[in-house]
Amino acid sequence: MFQFPIWVNSLIKLSLVAIPVGGLYGIFLLATATAPETTHIGYAPKQPVRFSHRLHAGQLKMDCRYCHNTVETTAHASIPPTATCINCHSPADGNGAVSLTAIHAASPDLAEVHRSWADDTPVKWKRVHDLPDFVQFDHSAHVARGVSCVSCHDRVDQMDVVSQNHTLSMKSCLECHRNPDPHLRPLDKVTDMDWVAPKSRLEMGALIKDHMNIKANQNCSTCHY
Amino acid sequence: MATVTIADIDNTVIDPATRPGVMTGRNSPGSVTEQVASLAERSRPSTAWKAAFAISVSATLMFFSLVGYLIATGVGVWGNNAPVFWGWPIVNFVFWVGIGHAGTLISAILFLFRQNWRTSINRFAEAMTIFAVTCAGIFPAIHIGRVWFVYWLAPVPNSLAMWPNFRSPLLWDVFAVTAYATTSALFWYLGMLPDLATLRDRATTKLRRMAYGIAALGWNGSSQQWRLFEKAYLLLAALATPLVLSVHTIVSFDFATSQMPGWHTTIFPPYFVAGAVFSGFAMVITLMVPARAFFGLKNLVTLRHLENMCKVVLATGMMVGYAYGIEFFIAWYGGNQYEQFAFINRALGPYWWAYWTMVSCNVLAPQLFWFKGVRTTPWAMVAICVFVNVGMWFERFVITVTSLSRDFLPSSWGYFVPTPVDILMFLGSFGLFFTLFLLFCRYLPMVAMAEVKSVMPHGEAH
Repeated sequence: MFQFPIWVNSLIKLSLVAIPVGGLYGIFLLATATAPETTHIGYAPKQPVRFSHRLHAGQLKMDCRYCHNTVETTAHASIPPTATCINCHSPADGNGAVSLTAIHAASPDLAEVHRSWADDTPVKWKRVHDLPDFVQFDHSAHVARGVSCVSCHDRVDQMDVVSQNHTLSMKSCLECHRNPDPHLRPLDKVTDMDWVAPKSRLEMGALIKDHMNIKANQNCSTCHY
Repeated sequence: MATVTIADIDNTVIDPATRPGVMTGRNSPGSVTEQVASLAERSRPSTAWKAAFAISVSATLMFFSLVGYLIATGVGVWGNNAPVFWGWPIVNFVFWVGIGHAGTLISAILFLFRQNWRTSINRFAEAMTIFAVTCAGIFPAIHIGRVWFVYWLAPVPNSLAMWPNFRSPLLWDVFAVTAYATTSALFWYLGMLPDLATLRDRATTKLRRMAYGIAALGWNGSSQQWRLFEKAYLLLAALATPLVLSVHTIVSFDFATSQMPGWHTTIFPPYFVAGAVFSGFAMVITLMVPARAFFGLKNLVTLRHLENMCKVVLATGMMVGYAYGIEFFIAWYGGNQYEQFAFINRALGPYWWAYWTMVSCNVLAPQLFWFKGVRTTPWAMVAICVFVNVGMWFERFVITVTSLSRDFLPSSWGYFVPTPVDILMFLGSFGLFFTLFLLFCRYLPMVAMAEVKSVMPHGEAH
């Protein structure tokens, strides 16, 4: 009669090695899949201009919409043209004369902005928050209904270099779409970075939702179209 | 004393005075082993087997090439289009799953009911079940279109925050068919252990001894092992029994829980289960009759076995016919004009030819089994059973396509036309089925030797 040969027993010892190795491999896979490098957390590319949101939006309290002026009315929150910068940072004219209202007209940090202004070619800003092409995100649909910039972009007013601090995964979209109440604010507070939510935030959110008739869709075609 | 030959005994007549056995001829435990095991031990397959295998393997290759073409191109290679989004793939899925019902019915329910005659055919029927479920599983998997997202059907936590809809019968279907495939495979394999050990012990080459030795999991036939084996077998039979009813019930929910006229009926679960057993037994007969002749198993798989199966086909066929009638009755009695339209459209609409093919094959053809002469004539029962399987394919076609092609919006009504890919894929799935089946006939014990011995009269020839 056939019996399993004796060397089969060594397979048991092998399994003692294989099981922990398999477990480690599983942990490695999970760690890689959730690593910040994979989810783009902390992505902060070097921009062509050393522009500081901390200075402009934080200390100077400029409203987001001064530069990103289409955010309430269109899908895309516009990246300001060089002309917007020049409103404050106009360079010296052809004769070397500097306007009285021009700020830091000779700063080397503004050289690229001034070059762009002179050449009439855009500054090549690098996009930080980039969704996949198969997703449509409409800024106006959110900003005009009480979802703050902070919800996705975090405290940009505290960043010298803008970095991505949320995963922007479908999960993060759906968490809010399934339960929008805790993410809604009064419309005049949408761009208020310092806004502290009142204790009755959930009731307030429910009230805003009711008042603005917000029905956060969860159909596939809401975003994938 | 005159010698009794196989031909002399008609064990289809149950005469208490003679009480013919389940098997015919002079069998002993040794002869059964020799007869069945030697089939799996032939060093070279017969020419007929080779020819059949060459054809089925070619069809299988065609099938998987078409699957590759489908995945590379998209589901547009099928005829599925508005409004018939469930075309042949779903028809084929239900067809194959239905065929896969006879195996577990024979192995589990007949086992629990102590129907001894099952021992000669259960291995065969279970193998057929597993191969049919394999074919069935492929169709919905490729029907999802983007197969690389198949894991979305499973409750796996993911960064999309997507979770299967547990209220959808399509999800229950995934669980039901997976559970069924797993249980059937386990049941089949467990039951085969003693026979695999027999093949191992008879093996003459090292390779065969190794292969069957690993497959037999160290079975040595001690009474302790037999005791555990029989307990495990009984438990698995008890577990498998509800599955016989649940799988096709849930397949019917795929249709019945929708609001489509012609689908939204409570008769669907029992009607589908009866239809599944009907088609499954028909397929067992279709395969068993040539196999028992070809492999010389007529003494083990006797006319009585075939006759019993014909009776099951007749009974379930009438249940299916009853369901066809009741559907029309309820459409009229329920007073829902959409339901009425759906059924009149089935019988008299653009798919009238499919409907009447279904009725003639499923309701009229099995009526011939009332005659004992037909029930005991192998070629006649094969002919009828082929009709039954054609009819059962058309039943699924009629249900799926007639309802969808006439949905609630008359502006989107259409007429479904299959593409060559549809047709070749369906033929190819038969190739896969027969390839697996031929391999089974070649390398595994076709009849459950150990179980057959347990129902043999031990008083004689021992």
